[in-house]
Amino acid sequence: MERLKLVLQYFQSNSESISNGICIVLALVSVKLYTSFDFNCPCLPQYNKLYSLGVMVVPPIVLFFLGVLVNRHTGVMMDEWMRPTGKRSKNPAVVKYLFSAMIQRALLAPVVWVLVTLLDGKIFICAFSSVRYRTVCPVYTGYMCEIGLLFGVPNNTGLDVMKIMAKVPCKEAVIFRNSSFHKAVSRYIRCYSQAVGWSILLFLIVLGALGRVLKPCFDDHATFLQTRYWSNYLDVEQKLFDETCVLHARDFARTCVVQFFEDMREDVELCSPHPQFIKHFTDDWEYKEEERLHGITKQEQMNNLLQKWYFSKPELDVTKGASRPRMCGTCKEERANLPF
Amino acid sequence: MDKLRMMFQFLQSNQESFMNGICGIMALASAQMYSAFEFSCPCIPEYNYSYGIGLLIIPPIWFFLLGFVLNNNVSVLAEEWRRPTGKRTKDPSILRYMFCSITQRSLIAPAVWVSVTLMDGKSFLCAFSINLDVDKFGNYSLIKGMSETEKIKLLAKIPCKDLFEHQEVRVAASRYIKCISQACGWMFLLMMTFTAFLIRAIRPCFTQAAFLKTKYWSHYIDIERKIFDETCKEHAKSFAKVCIYQYFENISGEMRNLHHHSSKDDSDYEDDDKRRNEEDKLLGIRVQDDMNKALCNWHICKPALALRKEQKNGENNDKLHREGGGAVNGLANGHTHNVEKKEWAVYYSKV
Repeated sequence: MERLKLVLQYFQSNSESISNGICIVLALVSVKLYTSFDFNCPCLPQYNKLYSLGVMVVPPIVLFFLGVLVNRHTGVMMDEWMRPTGKRSKNPAVVKYLFSAMIQRALLAPVVWVLVTLLDGKIFICAFSSVRYRTVCPVYTGYMCEIGLLFGVPNNTGLDVMKIMAKVPCKEAVIFRNSSFHKAVSRYIRCYSQAVGWSILLFLIVLGALGRVLKPCFDDHATFLQTRYWSNYLDVEQKLFDETCVLHARDFARTCVVQFFEDMREDVELCSPHPQFIKHFTDDWEYKEEERLHGITKQEQMNNLLQKWYFSKPELDVTKGASRPRMCGTCKEERANLPF
Repeated sequence: MDKLRMMFQFLQSNQESFMNGICGIMALASAQMYSAFEFSCPCIPEYNYSYGIGLLIIPPIWFFLLGFVLNNNVSVLAEEWRRPTGKRTKDPSILRYMFCSITQRSLIAPAVWVSVTLMDGKSFLCAFSINLDVDKFGNYSLIKGMSETEKIKLLAKIPCKDLFEHQEVRVAASRYIKCISQACGWMFLLMMTFTAFLIRAIRPCFTQAAFLKTKYWSHYIDIERKIFDETCKEHAKSFAKVCIYQYFENISGEMRNLHHHSSKDDSDYEDDDKRRNEEDKLLGIRVQDDMNKALCNWHICKPALALRKEQKNGENNDKLHREGGGAVNGLANGHTHNVEKKEWAVYYSKV
C-alpha cells in the first residue's frame, strides 16, 4: 500500500511524469485488451486476410486517438497554437516540442499492440492461411502451397488446397482430426511471426538509442533547454489559471450569498421593530475577502477578464521596476533571437 | 478492503476525479453485467432478430438514463433552466455546456456495452443466423429438398448448440458471423474515438474564448448552490438552537416565578454569550415567514452578479452589514477553509 502511494505521488509530482504514467497505463490497457479479445479467424479464403489486416490496423488507430485524447499536452499545444498573438509573441519551437512529445507518447500503445499480436502469432496464421485460387502449386503463388505440400496436405477430402489451408487456424475442423498437419503449419507460421515481431522491437530500440545518443550533435542544447522550460511553463500557467478561477468562483459565490442574506435582513429590519445585536468583529476577514476577489465583483468584469486572457495574454515579465538580472555575453545573442 | 478504501479516498480527493470515478465504475459495471448475463437465444425464426437486436440496443438506453440519474449536475442544470430571470440574466451557452458535459459522461457506459456485445458476437449470431448462405460452409446436401420455412427453421437453430446437429456447419457459421460482428465493433469504437478526438482536440480552434467563460460560470452556479445550501443548514441549526434556548428560558422563567427563586448565577452568563452568538448567526431572520420569503426569493429572483463594495469606516450601519456578513462568512468559512489548503482545485464540470 505504501509503495503504491509512493508511486502515485511520484507520478503526480510534475506534469511530465503524469503524462508518462498515463502513457504506460494505456500500454498496459492495450495488452489487457489483446488478451481479453476473443480472436476469431473466419477460416474462409476470402475473409482471412481482411480480418487479420483489420485486427492488426484498427485497434492501433483507436489506441492512438485515445493516447492523444488523454494527454494534457494536447490541450496546451492547441491553445498555444491557436491563440491570437496579443502582447505575448508566439514561439513555434515550443509548439513543435509539445507536438512531438505528444505524438511519441501516443504512439507507445499502438506499437505495443502490434508487437503483442506479432509475438502471439495468431494473426499471421490467420492471414497467411489463405492462398489465391490456383491449381496446385503454380510457380506464381507457390509459397504457401509449398508449405502445404511440405507438411503433407491431407488431400483425402477432395477439397482443394486453398480451402484446406484456409482452415488451418481453426483447430476443430474435421479434416484435421487425424493429422498433425495444422499444428505443423501453425508452428511454422508462428515462428515467422515471432521473428518479425522481435526484429521490429529491436529496430525500434536501436532507433531510440541512436536518437538519444546523436541528438546533442544535431540540436542546439541551449535552445532545447529553453523550449523545454517554456513548454513546461505554459502547462503550469494553464493549470494555475484554472485553479485561480475555481478559487475565485468560490469566493464570488460566498460573497454573493452573504450579500443576499444581508439584503433580506434589511427588508426584515424595515418591517420589524426589534433592535439587532451588534457584535464586534475585526476587519480581517473582510479585507481578506476583498483581496481574494482581486477587485472583480461584477459579471461583466469577469467576462472581460476571461476574454482578455484568451485574446491578449499578458507579457512574460513580472519584474516590478527593479533591476533586471544581467546575462552573460553569449546568452545575449541567443536572447536577441528568442521572441519571449 | 484497504485497497478499496484507498481508491475511494483518492477518487473523492477532488470533484473531477469523483465524476470520472463514477463514469469508470459504470463502465466496469456495464462490462461485468454483460459477462454475468446469460445470453439465451430463443432459436425461433420470429423472435431471433428481436432478441438479438433488442439486447444490443435496450441496455445502452438504460445505462444512458442511469448516467443522467446519478449525475448531480442534472438538477443544477434543470434549476438554472427553469428559474425566472429576475435580476440575473440567463445565458443559454452555459446551459448547452452543462448539458453537453453531462451527456458525454453518460455516453461512456452504453458505448462500453455496445462494444462488448459486438466483440462477443452472440447477439449478431442470434439475429442474423437466418440470413446465412449455407453452401459457403460445406454441405449443400444439408438443405437440399427443404421448403423455405423448413430451411429458415433450421437456420434459426444455429445459435443453439444443443438443437443443431451438424456441429461443423454450426461452428463455421458462427465463426463467420462473429467475424462480421467484431468488425462492426471495431468500426464502432473507431468512430466513437475519432468523434471524441475531433471534439477535444479540434475545439480550441474555434471557440476557446467563449469556452473559458462558460466553463467558469457553470462551475460558479454549481458552487453557489452548494454554498447556499451550507448557509441555510447553518441558519437552520442556529434557528433551532435559539428556539430551544428561548423555550427553556420561558419554562425556567415560569418555574422561577412559581418557586420565587433569585437571579441567575455565573454559568448563566456564559450561556447568555453563547446564545447571543447563535442569535447573530440568524442574520436577522427569526420568523418562519421571513425564512420562507428568503428561500422563495432565492429561486424567483436570484441576485445580480454584481457585488457591493463594503465601506471600511466604522459607522453603525456599515458595522451591521459587516458583522452580519462576518457571521455568515464565519459559518461558510468553517466549512470551506480546508479547500484553500488543498493543492489541486479543479473544475468539476470540466469537459
